[in-house]
Amino acid sequence: MNKNKEKLLNSRYRAEKRFQFYGKSAIFLALLFLTIFIFKIFSTGYTAFQKTWLIVPVTFDAETLYLDENPSKEDLEDADYFDLALQTMFDLDKSASEKQQNDLKRMVSYFFEREIKRELLNDPSLIGKTKDVYLTASDDLDQVFKGNYPRDLPEDQRRVTDYQLKIFDQLVEQGRVESKFNLSFFIYPDSREAELAGIASSFMGSIFSILVCLVIAFPVAVLAAIYLEEFAPKNRFTDFIEVNINNLAAVPSIVFGLLGLGILLAVFQLPRSTPLVGGITLSLMTLPTIIIACRASLKAVPPSIREAALAMGASKMQTTMHHTVPLSMPGTLSGTIIGLAQALGETAPLILIGMVAFVNTIPGSPLDPAASLPVQIYIWAESAERGFVEKVSACIMVLLGFLIIMNLFAQIIRHKFEKKWS
Amino acid sequence: MKKNGVKMIKINSKNVDVFYGKKQALFNINLDIEENQVTALIGPSGCGKSTYLRCLNRMNDVIDICRVKGQIIINDFDINDKSCDVVRLREKIGMVFQKPNPFPKTIYENISYGPTIHGMAQSKNEMDEIVETSLKKAALWEEVKDRLHEPGTGLSGGQQQRLCIARAISVKPEVILMDEPCSALDPIATAQIEELIDELKKDHTIIIVTHSMAQAARVSQNTGFFHLGELIEHGSTDKIFKNPENKRTQDYITGRFG
Repeated sequence: MNKNKEKLLNSRYRAEKRFQFYGKSAIFLALLFLTIFIFKIFSTGYTAFQKTWLIVPVTFDAETLYLDENPSKEDLEDADYFDLALQTMFDLDKSASEKQQNDLKRMVSYFFEREIKRELLNDPSLIGKTKDVYLTASDDLDQVFKGNYPRDLPEDQRRVTDYQLKIFDQLVEQGRVESKFNLSFFIYPDSREAELAGIASSFMGSIFSILVCLVIAFPVAVLAAIYLEEFAPKNRFTDFIEVNINNLAAVPSIVFGLLGLGILLAVFQLPRSTPLVGGITLSLMTLPTIIIACRASLKAVPPSIREAALAMGASKMQTTMHHTVPLSMPGTLSGTIIGLAQALGETAPLILIGMVAFVNTIPGSPLDPAASLPVQIYIWAESAERGFVEKVSACIMVLLGFLIIMNLFAQIIRHKFEKKWS
Repeated sequence: MKKNGVKMIKINSKNVDVFYGKKQALFNINLDIEENQVTALIGPSGCGKSTYLRCLNRMNDVIDICRVKGQIIINDFDINDKSCDVVRLREKIGMVFQKPNPFPKTIYENISYGPTIHGMAQSKNEMDEIVETSLKKAALWEEVKDRLHEPGTGLSGGQQQRLCIARAISVKPEVILMDEPCSALDPIATAQIEELIDELKKDHTIIIVTHSMAQAARVSQNTGFFHLGELIEHGSTDKIFKNPENKRTQDYITGRFG
């Protein structure tokens, strides 16, 4: 009898140990996946924050610029820099054939003309002199320099010609190739050329979309939640509404995109591809999330507080506005931020309302066409050029950073402002 | 209080029935409450004494399924009448709950809330005065005068309950309803509250629901005994405890059930 009991007890202990082991393995597995994921993104993406420059001597020859002696500031502004820029590249190898000259020209970005112009405008006294100028290397050479480009492929399978590699290696030897922090990634809009593409347009697009979403979704959701939780009679109809709000939260986001397309663009004729339409569409998606969060935190306010206020002769409205709603705000706000963070990562509905369009200007208002960060990831991930691979990861890093900050903020609000009940 | 030997009736209930949905919780309650006296309502759990108490300031309105029938007349006015304004009623009839429920705000704000919403103070000075007198009446002033702007939820349980009493008297109600105000408190805090109740009956009519028969005997002048939704017996506390008419009252008093 005693022995049996001991056996039973031991098996109970073993069961608990087994269970703990399963739990720990599950956590370990989850962390492992997360680590691999983050490691992969960082290892592919970190190089995007560096950019390769070719340092090329430019002779600011007045003749090549078709300028007179002592040109005015306006003359410099209006001058044609293309031939000078072209000549600069051709000078790298004076014996180059016509085909090789074309290769030389394609070693830098098509911004080379502008970069040379900027140099001269900064210092007009350079006319007639020679100066080393930093020119953005083409994305392929950029990848070669970062070691991401397989140089041992046969030439006909490479976008970089043997000739370009030869000249590039010479430049490297002369110390005329430099890697610097890639500021343009943050301040340039999207571009077809990987070396010039940046996240500025999609970043601003995301910000504007989220703002529009917040401005619409927050007041509507909070009012709906307060009415439903505090004022509405509890009957079949309100139950029906509650069930449907919960259903709405589970609707796939692409459906909201179709709604935006069919109603906002087709019926109301709002401007296509804009953060305004994107924000409205996202607000439909965020609405149920905020309503649910707000109702939950209203429910968490103890009834004794409501009773206390009512018994003091406060009206229902005063009780709600003076006590219940302020006490529920921390929960509501953190729910809102989490809802916005979801909206920030949303891609499908934005693609449907046209925010996937190629936008190479930085939007100044919600009415200008824009992309958004997740859509930018999607656009770049579709591009064939090797230079976009690291950009995708870098953009993911920016988006993740953004999301982490928002979620952290939600946590802080919840912990700092949550009242403790007696 | 007796005027020319006649007891003044503050609250007069006639044929009060209360239903929760289909279930009837109170049956035909007829009870008169005397002015400036402490009336204790006793009885076993679920007997309807708290339900009756909550009828007096219409707190049962909060519960959707609850219906109240019959007349409750306070100052010659039926509070169940449609013309009765609940906000005005609750200004006149304060309430203290079973568990201390101060607002999660400062001590000062807890007291000033009622006077603010009812527009009782014209200036900051007047409000300071109301806060001070209310806290003094609730015998809490000495303990909290240096930390009026600290959260009320940081006080001890007994202090919180006295804060709730101070909050209730801040709007100078005629009647104070107390729903087992000491059930969450230790004996020392209980004694303080009981002393306070005795003091408060000079200015207010007090109705207290209690589980403790000893407490009812200590603080009240009148007692009503509820059982299964009916008012079995009511009268002066002396009589109820020493010489009850009803067998059930006697059984409860002597501890045979409940």
